[in-house]
Amino acid sequence: MSLKAFHIFFILVSTAFALGFGGWALREYARDGGLGMLATGAGSCLSSVALAVYGVWFLRKLKHVSYL
Amino acid sequence: MSTAIPWSVKPHPVTGIPNAKLGIWLFLASEVMLFGALFSSYILIRTGSEQWPMGRTILNIPLATLNTVILITSSVTMVMAWASLKMNQFGKFKLFQTLTILLALGFMVVKAFEYGGKLHHYEVTLVEGSEAADKAGALKITGHIDHATAGNGGAITSWIRSRDDLHDGKISFVADPPAGSHEHPAAIELAAEDMERLTFFGPHRDTFFAVYFTLTGLHGIHVLGGIVVLLYFLLPGSRMWRTDPERFTGRIECTGLYWHFVDLVWIFLFPTLYLL
Repeated sequence: MSLKAFHIFFILVSTAFALGFGGWALREYARDGGLGMLATGAGSCLSSVALAVYGVWFLRKLKHVSYL
Repeated sequence: MSTAIPWSVKPHPVTGIPNAKLGIWLFLASEVMLFGALFSSYILIRTGSEQWPMGRTILNIPLATLNTVILITSSVTMVMAWASLKMNQFGKFKLFQTLTILLALGFMVVKAFEYGGKLHHYEVTLVEGSEAADKAGALKITGHIDHATAGNGGAITSWIRSRDDLHDGKISFVADPPAGSHEHPAAIELAAEDMERLTFFGPHRDTFFAVYFTLTGLHGIHVLGGIVVLLYFLLPGSRMWRTDPERFTGRIECTGLYWHFVDLVWIFLFPTLYLL
Protein backbone atom coordinates (compact mmCIF):
# COMPACT_ATOMS: atom_id res chain seq x y z
CA MET A 1 0.00 0.00 0.00
CA SER A 2 1.44 3.37 -1.01
CA LEU A 3 1.39 6.57 1.00
CA LYS A 4 -1.38 7.74 -1.31
CA ALA A 5 -3.64 4.81 -0.36
CA PHE A 6 -2.76 5.08 3.34
CA HIS A 7 -3.44 8.83 3.27
CA ILE A 8 -6.88 8.26 1.77
CA PHE A 9 -7.60 5.67 4.47
CA PHE A 10 -6.35 8.13 7.09
CA ILE A 11 -8.59 10.91 5.75
CA LEU A 12 -11.58 8.53 5.76
CA VAL A 13 -10.92 7.61 9.40
CA SER A 14 -10.37 11.28 10.32
CA THR A 15 -13.64 12.26 8.60
CA ALA A 16 -15.52 9.58 10.54
CA PHE A 17 -13.79 10.68 13.75
CA ALA A 18 -14.65 14.36 13.16
CA LEU A 19 -18.31 13.43 12.57
CA GLY A 20 -18.37 11.26 15.69
CA PHE A 21 -16.65 13.88 17.82
CA GLY A 22 -19.02 16.55 16.50
CA GLY A 23 -21.98 14.36 17.39
CA TRP A 24 -20.56 13.73 20.86
CA ALA A 25 -19.99 17.45 21.47
CA LEU A 26 -23.50 18.36 20.28
CA ARG A 27 -25.00 15.68 22.54
CA GLU A 28 -23.01 17.13 25.46
CA TYR A 29 -24.36 20.57 24.55
CA ALA A 30 -27.94 19.27 24.47
CA ARG A 31 -27.42 17.70 27.90
CA ASP A 32 -25.45 20.33 29.81
CA GLY A 33 -25.52 23.45 27.62
CA GLY A 34 -22.41 25.57 27.21
CA LEU A 35 -21.50 27.46 24.08
CA GLY A 36 -18.03 25.86 24.05
CA MET A 37 -19.52 22.45 23.30
CA LEU A 38 -21.83 23.91 20.64
CA ALA A 39 -18.86 25.58 18.93
CA THR A 40 -16.79 22.38 19.21
CA GLY A 41 -19.62 20.28 17.76
CA ALA A 42 -20.31 22.65 14.89
CA GLY A 43 -16.58 23.09 14.19
CA SER A 44 -16.00 19.37 14.19
CA CYS A 45 -18.91 18.67 11.81
CA LEU A 46 -17.64 21.40 9.48
CA SER A 47 -14.14 19.87 9.71
CA SER A 48 -15.52 16.51 8.60
CA VAL A 49 -16.98 18.18 5.48
CA ALA A 50 -13.65 19.96 4.86
CA LEU A 51 -11.78 16.66 5.22
CA ALA A 52 -14.11 14.93 2.75
CA VAL A 53 -13.65 17.77 0.22
CA TYR A 54 -9.89 17.63 0.74
CA GLY A 55 -9.94 13.84 0.20
CA VAL A 56 -11.62 14.25 -3.20
CA TRP A 57 -9.17 17.05 -4.15
CA PHE A 58 -6.22 14.86 -3.10
CA LEU A 59 -7.48 11.92 -5.16
CA ARG A 60 -7.74 14.15 -8.23
CA LYS A 61 -4.31 15.69 -7.65
CA LEU A 62 -2.55 12.33 -7.36
CA LYS A 63 -4.64 10.31 -9.83
CA HIS A 64 -1.50 9.26 -11.74
CA VAL A 65 0.23 7.83 -8.64
CA SER A 66 -0.14 4.10 -7.93
CA TYR A 67 -2.04 2.73 -4.92
CA LEU A 68 0.73 0.18 -4.40
CA MET B 1 30.71 -7.16 -7.15
CA SER B 2 27.92 -4.63 -6.65
CA THR B 3 27.09 -3.64 -3.05
CA ALA B 4 23.83 -1.90 -3.97
CA ILE B 5 20.75 -3.19 -2.13
CA PRO B 6 18.48 -4.73 -4.77
CA TRP B 7 14.85 -3.69 -5.25
CA SER B 8 15.19 -0.57 -3.09
CA VAL B 9 13.43 1.53 -5.73
CA LYS B 10 11.86 -0.79 -8.31
CA PRO B 11 9.15 -3.24 -7.23
CA HIS B 12 10.41 -6.70 -6.27
CA PRO B 13 9.08 -9.26 -8.80
CA VAL B 14 7.69 -11.47 -6.03
CA THR B 15 6.08 -8.92 -3.67
CA GLY B 16 5.23 -6.29 -6.28
CA ILE B 17 6.57 -3.47 -4.06
CA PRO B 18 10.09 -2.17 -3.32
CA ASN B 19 11.87 -3.84 -0.39
CA ALA B 20 11.95 -0.58 1.59
CA LYS B 21 8.16 -0.36 1.53
CA LEU B 22 7.81 -4.00 2.52
CA GLY B 23 10.21 -3.32 5.39
CA ILE B 24 8.30 -0.34 6.72
CA TRP B 25 4.99 -2.24 6.53
CA LEU B 26 6.50 -5.16 8.47
CA PHE B 27 7.69 -2.65 11.07
CA LEU B 28 4.23 -1.05 11.21
CA ALA B 29 2.70 -4.53 11.64
CA SER B 30 4.87 -4.97 14.74
CA GLU B 31 3.71 -1.54 15.93
CA VAL B 32 0.07 -2.59 15.45
CA MET B 33 0.78 -5.56 17.71
CA LEU B 34 2.41 -3.32 20.34
CA PHE B 35 -0.40 -0.77 20.45
CA GLY B 36 -3.01 -3.50 19.91
CA ALA B 37 -1.79 -5.33 23.01
CA LEU B 38 -1.96 -2.13 25.06
CA PHE B 39 -5.43 -1.22 23.75
CA SER B 40 -6.64 -4.77 24.49
CA SER B 41 -5.21 -4.56 28.02
CA TYR B 42 -6.97 -1.22 28.50
CA ILE B 43 -10.31 -2.67 27.35
CA LEU B 44 -9.94 -5.72 29.61
CA ILE B 45 -8.93 -3.62 32.63
CA ARG B 46 -11.77 -1.19 32.02
CA THR B 47 -14.51 -3.77 31.48
CA GLY B 48 -13.27 -5.72 34.52
CA SER B 49 -13.38 -2.70 36.83
CA GLU B 50 -16.34 -1.97 39.06
CA GLN B 51 -15.68 1.75 38.76
CA TRP B 52 -13.92 3.61 35.99
CA PRO B 53 -13.56 7.39 35.76
CA MET B 54 -14.86 9.11 32.63
CA GLY B 55 -11.88 10.60 30.82
CA ARG B 56 -13.83 13.72 29.90
CA THR B 57 -14.25 14.63 33.58
CA ILE B 58 -10.53 14.53 34.44
CA LEU B 59 -8.63 15.04 31.19
CA ASN B 60 -8.19 18.23 29.23
CA ILE B 61 -10.38 17.82 26.13
CA PRO B 62 -9.65 21.27 24.55
CA LEU B 63 -5.89 20.57 24.57
CA ALA B 64 -6.40 17.05 23.19
CA THR B 65 -8.69 18.44 20.47
CA LEU B 66 -6.02 20.98 19.53
CA ASN B 67 -3.48 18.15 19.32
CA THR B 68 -5.81 16.14 17.09
CA VAL B 69 -6.13 19.09 14.69
CA ILE B 70 -2.32 19.50 14.75
CA LEU B 71 -1.68 15.84 13.92
CA ILE B 72 -4.29 15.63 11.13
CA THR B 73 -2.80 18.80 9.59
CA SER B 74 0.71 17.33 9.90
CA SER B 75 -0.41 14.26 7.93
CA VAL B 76 -1.57 16.56 5.14
CA THR B 77 1.74 18.47 5.10
CA MET B 78 3.65 15.16 5.20
CA VAL B 79 1.85 13.78 2.16
CA MET B 80 2.31 17.14 0.41
CA ALA B 81 6.07 16.89 1.04
CA TRP B 82 6.11 13.49 -0.67
CA ALA B 83 3.84 14.66 -3.52
CA SER B 84 6.18 17.64 -4.09
CA LEU B 85 9.07 15.22 -4.66
CA LYS B 86 6.89 13.20 -7.04
CA MET B 87 6.37 16.44 -9.00
CA ASN B 88 10.10 17.22 -8.87
CA GLN B 89 9.61 20.29 -6.63
CA PHE B 90 12.36 20.03 -4.05
CA GLY B 91 11.77 23.57 -2.69
CA LYS B 92 8.16 22.74 -1.87
CA PHE B 93 9.27 19.50 -0.26
CA LYS B 94 11.49 21.45 2.14
CA LEU B 95 8.63 23.80 2.98
CA PHE B 96 6.14 21.00 3.72
CA GLN B 97 8.70 18.90 5.59
CA THR B 98 9.54 21.93 7.80
CA LEU B 99 5.83 22.51 8.44
CA THR B 100 5.41 18.85 9.43
CA ILE B 101 8.27 19.13 11.92
CA LEU B 102 6.88 22.37 13.37
CA LEU B 103 3.45 20.77 13.80
CA ALA B 104 5.02 17.72 15.46
CA LEU B 105 6.91 20.01 17.84
CA GLY B 106 3.65 21.88 18.48
CA PHE B 107 2.03 18.57 19.43
CA MET B 108 4.81 17.90 21.94
CA VAL B 109 4.53 21.40 23.45
CA VAL B 110 0.76 20.99 23.92
CA LYS B 111 1.36 17.52 25.40
CA ALA B 112 3.89 19.02 27.83
CA PHE B 113 1.23 21.54 28.99
CA GLU B 114 -1.27 18.72 29.39
CA TYR B 115 1.15 16.56 31.40
CA GLY B 116 2.19 19.61 33.45
CA GLY B 117 -1.45 20.23 34.34
CA LYS B 118 -1.82 16.65 35.56
CA LEU B 119 1.44 16.61 37.52
CA HIS B 120 0.39 19.82 39.33
CA HIS B 121 -3.14 18.62 40.06
CA TYR B 122 -3.52 17.02 43.47
CA GLU B 123 -5.84 14.94 45.59
CA VAL B 124 -5.71 15.55 49.33
CA THR B 125 -7.04 13.06 51.86
CA LEU B 126 -7.66 15.02 55.05
CA VAL B 127 -7.43 13.69 58.59
CA GLU B 128 -10.91 12.71 59.81
CA GLY B 129 -12.30 15.13 62.40
CA SER B 130 -9.60 17.74 61.71
CA GLU B 131 -10.41 21.42 61.44
CA ALA B 132 -9.25 21.35 57.83
CA ALA B 133 -11.73 18.57 56.99
CA ASP B 134 -14.54 20.61 58.57
CA LYS B 135 -13.50 23.65 56.58
CA ALA B 136 -13.28 21.70 53.33
CA GLY B 137 -16.57 19.90 53.96
CA ALA B 138 -15.13 16.60 52.66
CA LEU B 139 -12.35 14.16 53.47
CA LYS B 140 -11.06 13.99 49.91
CA ILE B 141 -10.60 17.09 47.79
CA THR B 142 -8.93 17.66 44.46
CA GLY B 143 -7.39 20.88 43.22
CA HIS B 144 -4.09 22.67 42.88
CA ILE B 145 -1.53 24.21 45.21
CA ASP B 146 -1.62 28.00 44.96
CA HIS B 147 1.59 28.41 46.95
CA ALA B 148 3.61 26.48 49.51
CA THR B 149 5.46 27.88 52.49
CA ALA B 150 8.30 26.16 54.33
CA GLY B 151 8.47 26.01 58.13
CA ASN B 152 10.89 28.98 58.20
CA GLY B 153 8.43 31.12 56.24
CA GLY B 154 10.25 30.90 52.88
CA ALA B 155 8.49 29.81 49.71
CA ILE B 156 8.78 26.20 48.52
CA THR B 157 9.43 26.44 44.79
CA SER B 158 10.28 22.79 44.06
CA TRP B 159 7.66 20.34 42.78
CA ILE B 160 5.68 18.86 45.69
CA ARG B 161 5.09 15.14 45.17
CA SER B 162 3.73 14.14 48.57
CA ARG B 163 3.07 15.62 52.00
CA ASP B 164 6.57 14.53 53.06
CA ASP B 165 7.98 17.27 50.80
CA LEU B 166 6.29 19.86 53.05
CA HIS B 167 8.11 18.85 56.27
CA ASP B 168 6.70 21.41 58.73
CA GLY B 169 5.49 23.77 56.01
CA LYS B 170 2.01 24.61 54.72
CA ILE B 171 0.21 24.79 51.40
CA SER B 172 -2.53 27.10 50.22
CA PHE B 173 -4.84 24.67 48.43
CA VAL B 174 -7.47 25.72 45.88
CA ALA B 175 -10.09 23.01 45.42
CA ASP B 176 -11.64 22.28 42.01
CA PRO B 177 -15.01 23.95 41.34
CA PRO B 178 -18.00 21.82 42.35
CA ALA B 179 -19.86 20.00 39.56
CA GLY B 180 -21.80 22.36 37.32
CA SER B 181 -19.82 25.43 38.42
CA HIS B 182 -16.72 27.19 37.14
CA GLU B 183 -15.92 29.05 40.37
CA HIS B 184 -13.21 27.73 42.65
CA PRO B 185 -13.93 27.73 46.40
CA ALA B 186 -11.70 29.95 48.57
CA ALA B 187 -8.19 28.62 49.18
CA ILE B 188 -7.59 26.76 52.45
CA GLU B 189 -4.34 26.53 54.41
CA LEU B 190 -3.22 22.96 54.99
CA ALA B 191 -0.28 21.74 57.07
CA ALA B 192 1.29 18.30 56.64
CA GLU B 193 -0.41 17.05 59.81
CA ASP B 194 -3.86 17.98 58.39
CA MET B 195 -3.35 15.50 55.54
CA GLU B 196 -3.29 11.75 55.53
CA ARG B 197 -2.17 11.77 51.92
CA LEU B 198 -1.23 14.31 49.26
CA THR B 199 -0.82 12.87 45.79
CA PHE B 200 -0.54 14.35 42.31
CA PHE B 201 -2.34 12.97 39.26
CA GLY B 202 0.59 10.87 38.04
CA PRO B 203 0.75 7.30 36.72
CA HIS B 204 0.87 5.91 40.26
CA ARG B 205 -2.44 7.50 41.25
CA ASP B 206 -4.79 4.85 39.88
CA THR B 207 -5.20 2.40 37.01
CA PHE B 208 -6.80 5.02 34.77
CA PHE B 209 -3.80 7.32 35.03
CA ALA B 210 -1.37 4.40 34.67
CA VAL B 211 -3.10 3.51 31.38
CA TYR B 212 -3.34 7.17 30.31
CA PHE B 213 0.37 7.89 30.85
CA THR B 214 1.47 4.57 29.34
CA LEU B 215 -0.53 4.97 26.14
CA THR B 216 0.00 8.70 25.61
CA GLY B 217 3.66 8.43 26.72
CA LEU B 218 4.38 5.63 24.26
CA HIS B 219 2.63 7.61 21.55
CA GLY B 220 4.66 10.70 22.48
CA ILE B 221 7.89 8.69 22.15
CA HIS B 222 6.77 7.69 18.64
CA VAL B 223 6.15 11.35 17.78
CA LEU B 224 9.65 12.22 19.07
CA GLY B 225 11.14 9.42 16.96
CA GLY B 226 9.24 10.76 13.95
CA ILE B 227 10.65 14.26 14.54
CA VAL B 228 14.20 12.85 14.50
CA VAL B 229 13.58 11.02 11.20
CA LEU B 230 11.83 14.04 9.63
CA LEU B 231 14.72 16.31 10.67
CA TYR B 232 17.26 13.89 9.26
CA PHE B 233 15.58 13.85 5.85
CA LEU B 234 15.15 17.61 5.88
CA LEU B 235 18.84 18.30 6.64
CA PRO B 236 21.68 15.79 6.04
CA GLY B 237 19.54 13.06 4.45
CA SER B 238 18.20 15.38 1.75
CA ARG B 239 21.59 15.30 -0.05
CA MET B 240 20.44 12.03 -1.61
CA TRP B 241 17.97 14.03 -3.72
CA ARG B 242 20.91 15.22 -5.85
CA THR B 243 22.39 11.76 -6.40
CA ASP B 244 19.40 9.38 -6.32
CA PRO B 245 16.07 11.28 -6.34
CA GLU B 246 13.90 8.21 -6.87
CA ARG B 247 15.35 6.44 -3.86
CA PHE B 248 15.05 9.60 -1.75
CA THR B 249 11.37 9.91 -2.73
CA GLY B 250 10.91 6.29 -1.61
CA ARG B 251 12.48 7.09 1.75
CA ILE B 252 10.14 10.04 2.25
CA GLU B 253 7.21 7.79 1.38
CA CYS B 254 8.29 5.32 4.08
CA THR B 255 8.65 8.20 6.57
CA GLY B 256 5.16 9.35 5.60
CA LEU B 257 3.73 5.85 6.16
CA TYR B 258 5.23 5.81 9.67
CA TRP B 259 3.96 9.33 10.37
CA HIS B 260 0.45 8.43 9.23
CA PHE B 261 0.50 5.38 11.50
CA VAL B 262 1.49 7.54 14.49
CA ASP B 263 -1.33 9.98 13.67
CA LEU B 264 -3.81 7.14 13.23
CA VAL B 265 -2.95 5.78 16.68
CA TRP B 266 -3.81 9.20 18.14
CA ILE B 267 -7.16 9.25 16.27
CA PHE B 268 -8.03 6.06 18.17
CA LEU B 269 -6.42 7.13 21.45
CA PHE B 270 -8.30 10.41 21.71
CA PRO B 271 -11.88 9.10 21.80
CA THR B 272 -10.96 5.96 23.77
CA LEU B 273 -9.17 7.76 26.58
CA TYR B 274 -10.67 11.25 26.60
CA LEU B 275 -14.29 10.90 25.50
CA LEU B 276 -15.60 7.45 26.42
